[in-house]
Amino acid sequence: MTSVPVVEPPPRESPGRRLSTFFFRHSRVRLGVLLALPLAWLVVVYFGSLFVLLLSSFWDTDPFTAEVVHDFTFENFRRIIETPVFRDVAWRTIQMAALVTVADAVLAFPIAYYMARVASPRTRDILVIAVLMPLWANYLVKAYAWRTILSEGGVINWALEPLGLHFDGYSTVGLWLVFTYLWLPFMILPIYAGLERVPTSFLEASADLGARSLTTFARVILPLAFPAVVAGSIFTFSLTLGDYIAPGLITNEQFIGTVIYNIRGEALPTAAAYSMVPIVVVITYLFVARKLRAFESL
Amino acid sequence: MVESRVTRILLRLGAGVTLAFIYVPLLIIGLYAFNRNVTQAWPIENYSTRWFSVAFHDEKVRDALKLSLLAALGATTVALVLGTLASMAVARYRFFGREVITFAVILPIALPGIVTGLALQATIIDVLGPLGVSFGLTTIIVGHATFCVVVVYNNVIARMRRTGGSLDEASADLGADNWQTFRYVMFPQMRTALLAGALLAFALSFDEVIVTIFTSGAQQTLPIWIFATLARPAQLPIVNVVALFVIVVSIIPVYFAQRLAGSSGLTGERPKQGAIAASIEAEP
Repeated sequence: MTSVPVVEPPPRESPGRRLSTFFFRHSRVRLGVLLALPLAWLVVVYFGSLFVLLLSSFWDTDPFTAEVVHDFTFENFRRIIETPVFRDVAWRTIQMAALVTVADAVLAFPIAYYMARVASPRTRDILVIAVLMPLWANYLVKAYAWRTILSEGGVINWALEPLGLHFDGYSTVGLWLVFTYLWLPFMILPIYAGLERVPTSFLEASADLGARSLTTFARVILPLAFPAVVAGSIFTFSLTLGDYIAPGLITNEQFIGTVIYNIRGEALPTAAAYSMVPIVVVITYLFVARKLRAFESL
Repeated sequence: MVESRVTRILLRLGAGVTLAFIYVPLLIIGLYAFNRNVTQAWPIENYSTRWFSVAFHDEKVRDALKLSLLAALGATTVALVLGTLASMAVARYRFFGREVITFAVILPIALPGIVTGLALQATIIDVLGPLGVSFGLTTIIVGHATFCVVVVYNNVIARMRRTGGSLDEASADLGADNWQTFRYVMFPQMRTALLAGALLAFALSFDEVIVTIFTSGAQQTLPIWIFATLARPAQLPIVNVVALFVIVVSIIPVYFAQRLAGSSGLTGERPKQGAIAASIEAEP
């Protein structure tokens, strides 16, 4: 076969092509077209809703009918600041979130490290999937599984019985265990990703300079992996802060989420005002996380 | 290998303990689905599959499953469109407020679910109610799509950052218009990332309960049915079966998403994982 050089005729001036040329010349317009829909959705649906929530936190509730009265008032905020119960619950929830984050970081580090630096590529791939799948498995089912496991006749007390021990699973400690379980994969994956980025040459250099493994760990690996731990903690912290289902299934103790959930029927404005607590805490947390360069590890 | 032998053995042990901690509860709930008795005591005395057929024929379970699938399909579709558009803009352009977009996309999953839920509920009652929109499939989809955008966005943007913009420019230089460039150059590169994002969005929506309780009104998705039925001890055997089913249904898409794009949805996709991702990597 002989190949004949073909000279392409110049493209016809179709409307599609003219549009393409226009977009090429006006890249800002093209950017606008790309961004219009997602921005509209996020701004109107999401930020719009958050704004409505903020607005309703300044409204009043009729004490007799429990109807929302559209009068502007700071009463809800005064109430949540001055009532000890609201303060105690908020403090207890933040403590719980912090303890869950610590437990998850401790449990996540060895497996993340193993995945990133010890396991063979094949084992690593399998482990990534093994950690990922439970992350996406139904949250409610996992909480329910723990409710069964922690019950009087459940697995834990069955295992402890021969030892003469008993564990009150439906308690704050039980809930801590459940939260730690629920959010663990959210911590493993960012730490794994962070550790994978630590160059082996850094560790070799540290060893060459005479550092023992523990020194290398504390002074090279940990500082480099810290942003990843912070990235994981965004999830463990925020998810604990707003949960109302796991606390409701496991204990009678009140947390921010359960309070909001329980009072939203008769006192929506107070619930809205109280939900500003987790919003402020999480947004502060996100800003700190950004300063610590944690977003790059997300 | 810098780690010493002892360190490696300890690490393996730690990894094993954590994996066991993750999987044992799931196995236990899986076993309970085969529990013949109505009581939930451990150890299980009689095994049977009788509750599977009871659950299969339960009218409420079927309705809830149908609603869950519809909601997940709707939310995935919206999230695909919005997430892809946003990621194309952020990956290929520099503009004022680019960081803000990333922040805004992450915020719906970073803020506690109860906040998102309460906000949407307040909006549906106060703003959409007067406009004639009431709680139902539409409101469920709107809520789900809002936090599903991020998984599509993360997957697609990771792929676009890796492939770069030079192929798109080459395509334009060769005379392709915008649509042709998208259809023949960008889409084939993004395909697996899109599919992975879609699978994860589907799994996320199918499982969601915290926000859904606020946006569904009287309708029941499958997780809401479970939540409502937990209060009825006599129905727990059916819940166990549905629980096992739900775990399997949400795990399968994640498995395929991971194989397709090496994607976690959380950490974006990792290079050199999965055959397809690797083959794309090999391209210039």
